[in-house]
Amino acid sequence: MDYFIHIAILICIYIILAVSLNLIIGFTGQLNIGHAAFYGIGAYAAALLALSGQPFWLGLLAAMFFAGLGGLLISVPCLRLRGDYLAIATLGFGEIIRALMKNWTSLTRGPLGLPGIPSIEIFGITFSQPWQFLIIAALIAVIVVFLIRRMIKAPFGRVLRSIREDEIASQSLGKKIINYKVIAVVIGAMFAGVAGSLYAHYISFIDPTTFTLQETILMLCMVVLGGLGSIRGSIIGAALLIIIPEPLRFLSLPSSAAAALRQMLYAIILILIMLYRPQGLLGERRYTRNSNAVKKKRGVASA
Amino acid sequence: MLSRKSEVLQVLRVVDIYKHFGGIKAVNGAEFSVKKGEIVALIGPNGAGKTTVFNCITGFIQIDKGRIFFEGEDITNKRPEKIASMGLARTFQIIRLFPKMTVLENMMIAMRDQYEGLHHVFFSRKKMMEKQKEAEEKAIELLEFVGLEAKEDELAMNLSYGQQKLLEIAKTIATDAEFLMFDEPAAGVNLTMLKKISGLLKKLKEQGKTILFVEHNMEFVMNMADKVVVLDHGDEIAIGTPKQIKGNKKVIDAYLGGVQC
Amino acid sequence: MSIAAQLIANGLIAGSIYALVALGYTMVYGILKFINFAHGEIFMMGAYIGWTLHVLWGVPLLIAFPVAMICCGAFGYFLEKIAYKPLRNAPVWAPLITAIGVSIFLQSLAILIYGAQVKTFRTGEVAQGLHILGAIITPIQLTIIIVSTVLMVLLWLFVKKTKIGKAMRAVADNREVASTIGINVNKVISVVFVIGSALAAAGGILVGMEQNLTPTMGVSVGIKAFTATIVGGIGSIPGAVLGGLAIGLIENIGIWFIPSGYKDAIAFIILLLMLIFKPTGILGRKKEEDVRG
Repeated sequence: MDYFIHIAILICIYIILAVSLNLIIGFTGQLNIGHAAFYGIGAYAAALLALSGQPFWLGLLAAMFFAGLGGLLISVPCLRLRGDYLAIATLGFGEIIRALMKNWTSLTRGPLGLPGIPSIEIFGITFSQPWQFLIIAALIAVIVVFLIRRMIKAPFGRVLRSIREDEIASQSLGKKIINYKVIAVVIGAMFAGVAGSLYAHYISFIDPTTFTLQETILMLCMVVLGGLGSIRGSIIGAALLIIIPEPLRFLSLPSSAAAALRQMLYAIILILIMLYRPQGLLGERRYTRNSNAVKKKRGVASA
Repeated sequence: MLSRKSEVLQVLRVVDIYKHFGGIKAVNGAEFSVKKGEIVALIGPNGAGKTTVFNCITGFIQIDKGRIFFEGEDITNKRPEKIASMGLARTFQIIRLFPKMTVLENMMIAMRDQYEGLHHVFFSRKKMMEKQKEAEEKAIELLEFVGLEAKEDELAMNLSYGQQKLLEIAKTIATDAEFLMFDEPAAGVNLTMLKKISGLLKKLKEQGKTILFVEHNMEFVMNMADKVVVLDHGDEIAIGTPKQIKGNKKVIDAYLGGVQC
Repeated sequence: MSIAAQLIANGLIAGSIYALVALGYTMVYGILKFINFAHGEIFMMGAYIGWTLHVLWGVPLLIAFPVAMICCGAFGYFLEKIAYKPLRNAPVWAPLITAIGVSIFLQSLAILIYGAQVKTFRTGEVAQGLHILGAIITPIQLTIIIVSTVLMVLLWLFVKKTKIGKAMRAVADNREVASTIGINVNKVISVVFVIGSALAAAGGILVGMEQNLTPTMGVSVGIKAFTATIVGGIGSIPGAVLGGLAIGLIENIGIWFIPSGYKDAIAFIILLLMLIFKPTGILGRKKEEDVRG
């Protein structure tokens, strides 16, 4: 039973990561492949505060703040870049953050990592059992998905999508595309920070090897599989890509081979989706009118 | 010096602007103005710098020298979104819609004051929703005006070429801008669509809008324009009514010269 | 021997490898305006194929070397045809994500075949270093510099003198114009992938002869070579060579000033700075953005 709860918790964490990455890549069109850095910043921020005896909510806020700050730091200088240049710049940013995690030993203990991160405690209740943790993780995932959905469906989200579709046309309509791009990256980073905080409290140990490029690739794969610009797609993508490689566990392979097989699976999914179904499993939904009132009125008028 | 009054009458004033790309003198001292309520055509042989002038006016290209005024205000080298928000809308030579958004969304994104800030999502939701409803109604009206109302839920990428051109024009109207700039509005469309587009432009003029457009189709230009500005090598060589331009020797030479090389 | 001379020598050796790999990035970008993310993995593949032939099967290095280059060249050819060509008119992110996929695929394939542990070409004793201008350089390092210089000169001659080389430059200048004057653009693209991949493979074996082989060796070399490409001006062949040498030198001299743990981060920091302040590179041409499309 604990095994299934474990899987469910991971799915919740990755839903947050995939949906927040989708906000940046799928909706705003900014190919960011340094998402694991924001995840890592959040995890370290939450872990360090928790280890110094601060409450969970403070660590969570700090995780959001510092991850968001990271988003700001990378997005402001990269504003003029797009497409492949942006991808490589964010990749570089991710690697610099990882070099910091490894080498800033006075803060992060370097490759030794941070062990003994306490479990979540809210209002004096400790959520140390896996099922208790699952409730928290699921709740937070639902909130994050809800918030991002709200943004996307609002005029704000429409501007983000217009930037993805055609920056120049968006600008010619008076949109301050710079502001929107920065906001999208910062918000996406903040939510990745939330996921990082959950991860740190759940696993109770973090080290730099968790927040690698491979981790970003996994998130990217979830987003691409589900469909760029589809929130439901990212949720399904996250669930599928956590569940599908699980049977590999029972093949009793050496751990490096199992990890390689998993990576290979992700790679094949990425390539096949791009070649044969670039819109992903679900594809983007069409945003039609939500007010039928107009339609009715028009019907009357034309009758 | 122009008096303040005439400045206001002139919606757009382009004063001796220059833009060189390396050795290429794309714009070389062009100067013209557009009065309120006028339809002005910008013509010239290929490579005369028409589209570059458009891009300079709308802030997509920074000019090296000269001044550009919009409704009396200096807009030289301001950011494109800043210029757009002052009430100037344009189309591009190639169609620039948002292909994977619906026709209705394409219209709504062109509208102003749509509560597009992130804070509105959470702090003024009710107002935002009301505004959305209003915008939807207005968008539908405009789509009816251009004859695209049946396509509101279609993705822009699925429209025919002519319909996309119509949608582009409809979008510029949706911005509520008083000054509209069209880069080759009639290029590549069939005769029926051409008539539709010229009808639209005339209607817009009746509504008091000011229009500047680039076009190669001379019949269209002669039919539509109150005033024609002829560019050659980035400089204006003639300005006048369509009739005056037709008989202008310099213009004929420029076009023939263009054919020879 | 002086430390400065040694660091400069090390920088030039590393730099000539980066230059070899950077050439592939720059040629592909020049023609397709696309960053082939999997290029670093082709470098890694070259090293492993060389190792398999030479160490595992005992093929002499003089034969193993060109064979590995040919294998990788062929791989580059098929990679382009199968994975990238269908996406040529897709949005930029599509081939890019595919390339990321290919790169991860090749890495995991290498782990599955060869294991994650390091492999090494070295069989006997490390040869005595030669004293050159105050630095100690091993014969292998000397080989690296000579072979890579020869390959770069050959490439230069190829681009300047041959018909297909001229076609390459024409396509890089303007693909549409090139195809209207009768240049077979698809052929040029294939040639570029083959040559770029073969050069990367050469770089891989050369590095493998001196350092250890790991399945992830392509990642950091790939990034550094890419940085070199940007530094030199993406699309420029001499720029790639200069950029490669520059990155090699900066990185090796840089460890004088900052903790060696950050050595790999140096390239990333240069990359970010370049992208932010001078994305056109040192030799790249400045292009006004085309607003029409």
